[in-house]
Amino acid sequence: MEWQSWVVSTFSFMLSYGTPLLLATLGEIYAERSGVLNLGIEGMMIMGAYSAFVSAYVTQNPWIGLAVAAGVGCAFSLIHAFASITLKANQVVSGLALTLLGLGLSGVLGRTWGGLPLPRTLQKITVPGLSRIPILGPSLFEGQTLLVYITILLVPLLWFILFKTRIGISIRSVGEDPATADSLGVNVKRVRYLCVAIGGMLAGVAGGYLSVAYRPAWTEGMTAGMGWIVVALTIFAFWNPITGMLGSFLFAALYHLSFRLQPWMSPELLRALPYLFAILVLVFVSRGTLQRRMGAPAALTIPYTRGED
Amino acid sequence: MRQPTWLQVEKRTSLSPWVVFGVSFAAIVAALLAAGIFFKAYGVSPLRAFQLIITGALGSKVGLAETVRRTIPLLLCGVGLTVAFRALFWNIGAEGQLLMGAMAAAGVALFVPMPEVLRLPAMFVAGFFGGALWALIPALLKVKLGINDVISTLMLNYVAAFVMQYLIQGPWKGPTARGFAYTDRFPASAVLPRIPGTPIHWPTLVLGVVAAVLAYVWVTRTRQGFEIRVVGENPDAAHYAGISQGKVILMVMLVSGGLAGLAGVGEAAGIHRMLLAPAKLSLGYGYTAIIVAWLARRNPLAVIVTSVLFGVIMAGGDVIKVSLGLPFQLVNVFNGLILFFLIGSEVFMRYKVAIAWRRR
Repeated sequence: MEWQSWVVSTFSFMLSYGTPLLLATLGEIYAERSGVLNLGIEGMMIMGAYSAFVSAYVTQNPWIGLAVAAGVGCAFSLIHAFASITLKANQVVSGLALTLLGLGLSGVLGRTWGGLPLPRTLQKITVPGLSRIPILGPSLFEGQTLLVYITILLVPLLWFILFKTRIGISIRSVGEDPATADSLGVNVKRVRYLCVAIGGMLAGVAGGYLSVAYRPAWTEGMTAGMGWIVVALTIFAFWNPITGMLGSFLFAALYHLSFRLQPWMSPELLRALPYLFAILVLVFVSRGTLQRRMGAPAALTIPYTRGED
Repeated sequence: MRQPTWLQVEKRTSLSPWVVFGVSFAAIVAALLAAGIFFKAYGVSPLRAFQLIITGALGSKVGLAETVRRTIPLLLCGVGLTVAFRALFWNIGAEGQLLMGAMAAAGVALFVPMPEVLRLPAMFVAGFFGGALWALIPALLKVKLGINDVISTLMLNYVAAFVMQYLIQGPWKGPTARGFAYTDRFPASAVLPRIPGTPIHWPTLVLGVVAAVLAYVWVTRTRQGFEIRVVGENPDAAHYAGISQGKVILMVMLVSGGLAGLAGVGEAAGIHRMLLAPAKLSLGYGYTAIIVAWLARRNPLAVIVTSVLFGVIMAGGDVIKVSLGLPFQLVNVFNGLILFFLIGSEVFMRYKVAIAWRRR
């Protein structure tokens, strides 16, 4: 039946396209919870995509590609951490600089890698048993890579760490009230560095997923603004990993459904839709005006200096 | 024996323009050194690369003209961005506002019947409002709903680019353009005059310089300029002083978007004389202008200098792209590095750092 294949394709797109969004959103949630806004996700993702492709191509192993992407994303995020935490530079501008640098560097380095096919991509798996459930089986448990399920398992784990452990309390307190956290013996800078690094790692893997699994190839600028959508999703998620998952998958599903408008809309305008969605997503959760900060961590974008407000 | 034992760091209480200039200059030099390391790693002699950039962008009449050509949109967008940044509204959307200005101007050029002498002025007016209205969307979203300005302005860049793509492939596609995706050529009355033998459409250049001066006077010498500064530096104080934050944001975005729109008119009517693919119409001017404005330390008058600097980098980047076979993305690496060193250097503007010498 037609509606069945329609449901299946929507759900499987939701997982395959939502996963990189989710990975990077989880990372950004951690960074922002600690009080550091990192607008360089696009740059870290594209560097992840590039480095994952090259190392997967050379080693013939996509998992090594993903590991390298995590390392590169992490290294890249530390530039932002140094600028914004140690030098107390403006976080908006530093993030933009990171994006420019990532897009530029990956474009320069990746010039000779464009258009090559990846010999071994991330394997698609079928979850035994569950895949036999009618409709739901082929929708959710077939034709996805293992990374998709790892990412989903990461959601409760990261939620638990953030809200139920001492480390999580440290992270949130540093993002809400660094002076008090400091007086209680939390090392503000270390926690912030750590969270930005986690964000970088996850953004790197998200980019890597694009180039070794989602569309296994390297194309210049292949992240195409996904990193910015992640920034919007982080706000939409109210800085909570669980809502982050809902947001990422909802966004992916909506994007897929918009393809159904094809008979009535020109392809160019259709391609503009995800970017409009990102704004609509924020309109949807907006509460009041400037004065209300939508539950953002109170110390977001504010550098911390001991003995100053 | 004397040796450095500790760095003495103290907060600066006042900031002389010379310190600002010195620190900014040092930041650019440091960024160039870092870029040099990158060139070296890429197997290109850094000295030769820099020499080519300078001679390519400034050493010949053609090079100079190319530099000025790139300076014009950077100047207009950059001036607008300094105004928005002063109110701490993060307008990352100059690129989209520029495209909207170009579309509005192209619409007037191709489809609106009017006396021919009025056509160019009408295009500039339409371009200004095209950019301004596009910029008003994120401003309203921020004022009314508290929506993050970075995201909304950035997303609208993509939307503007796709709308333009749609126009040139669909309803506005020129019957004479054959299979290509662009509009018809503008009629002669809709084409900006150039300095003969160069691509410099001087009316837009004049407009840019005038805009810089007027914006400077506006933000430093008027009551509204004062209000913009208060909103940017201390929103709470603005609130208690009875300054409407919303009004200020709408006002700066109208100007910021409008000026970017004018840059779009210049590109469409001065350079290409038609509407074509967005990535060809604007070579990322709206994004580069962010660095231009930041380097100018949000001073509209200083944009006259910083936009020329980035005009040199863009034009010189084109030269090394061709003669050394380097990819165009190199300019982004350059820009990213400059931006990092720039904000990193601000620590020296906030703090005085001195090496304390102590006898052992």
